[in-house]
Amino acid sequence: MAHITLPEGVPGIRSLVMYRPETGKHLYQLAQVLLRDASPLTPAERELIAAYVSHKNNCMFCMSSHAAAARCLYGDESAIVDDVLNDMQHSGVSDKLKALLIIAGKVQQSGKSVTVQDIDAAKASGATDREIHDAVLIAAAFCMFNRYVDGLATLTPADPEAYREMGKRMVEKGYALPDANGK
Amino acid sequence: MPHIEIESHLPGITGLLEYRKDSAVPIRELTQILLRGTSSLTEGERELIASIVCYGNECKFCTTAHTAAANLLLGENTTSAAVLKDIHTAPVSEKMKALLHIASLVQKSGKQVTEDAILAAKNAGATDLEIHDTVLIAALFCLYNRYVDGLNAFTPADPAYYETLADRIVHHGYTRLPQGYDHLKNNPVH
Repeated sequence: MAHITLPEGVPGIRSLVMYRPETGKHLYQLAQVLLRDASPLTPAERELIAAYVSHKNNCMFCMSSHAAAARCLYGDESAIVDDVLNDMQHSGVSDKLKALLIIAGKVQQSGKSVTVQDIDAAKASGATDREIHDAVLIAAAFCMFNRYVDGLATLTPADPEAYREMGKRMVEKGYALPDANGK
Repeated sequence: MPHIEIESHLPGITGLLEYRKDSAVPIRELTQILLRGTSSLTEGERELIASIVCYGNECKFCTTAHTAAANLLLGENTTSAAVLKDIHTAPVSEKMKALLHIASLVQKSGKQVTEDAILAAKNAGATDLEIHDTVLIAALFCLYNRYVDGLNAFTPADPAYYETLADRIVHHGYTRLPQGYDHLKNNPVH
């Protein structure tokens, strides 16, 4: 049961943004800007960074929903998502994305864990300042989202099918505030 | 030196928020409503919650800035120092102690927040909304601290810099200055 009284039957972050839409609208806008709006990284790559950080934070709701969105966006190459979550170092992502995921993983531990060597490796594999910035900010943002969702013990569906639908919606509709029924 | 090219006259978070302005808008607006919007927690109390999270994350820039803001709002320097040293002996209400404890758990991980910690806050009179806002403020500063340190933003050593910054976030707030920040180019920070 959630730590505070939230709309019944609504999972994860959606129950929180319905509880307090004044803060929720900015949280969803941030997700939309970071994961969908203009960036040199594709929406699929950005959802993968979000899923990877949520996985490292053990946030089942955010990991499952963003992994589902990433699988949807990768289409025929959706297996890459599970490869990264299982063993990022040996996954088939590009060297640049691997370097950015390493940075995101460091940010998950602490901002201070990111070293000059990590940044140099990303730049050597072709990452621009803007790509490094976006990877760090997405990782930092999911350290917020994960703590918000788990810190208030929100409803986490156990059925994988629920996340498949969520992922599809996140790809088709983006991050729009739910209506009063949680839809 | 920052890991990416940031304008040199804008230390800490300011340079990052100016680097990418479209992501800065929701971050600034969220902070403004959480720390300055209508709440049954005072602005000083909310800055103390921010401070204890920044301190737990060892983010020097954010800790110095938000303790300075708390000091300005509270009109003294002793409470913030006592809170960072030991929540239990700090001169704050039982409710604030329980909320600060929840914030320090969120700093480690959302999963660390226990039923007992929530119950203690409720028994001390905390409302659902106060608990909600405490968790979200703590989570938000986990974003800020990682953004600032993850990109190695410049952290001025001069205490006067933080006095000026605290004055701005207390009297103007967290939204972008309408005139931007070009005027700071004439005042190099160290």
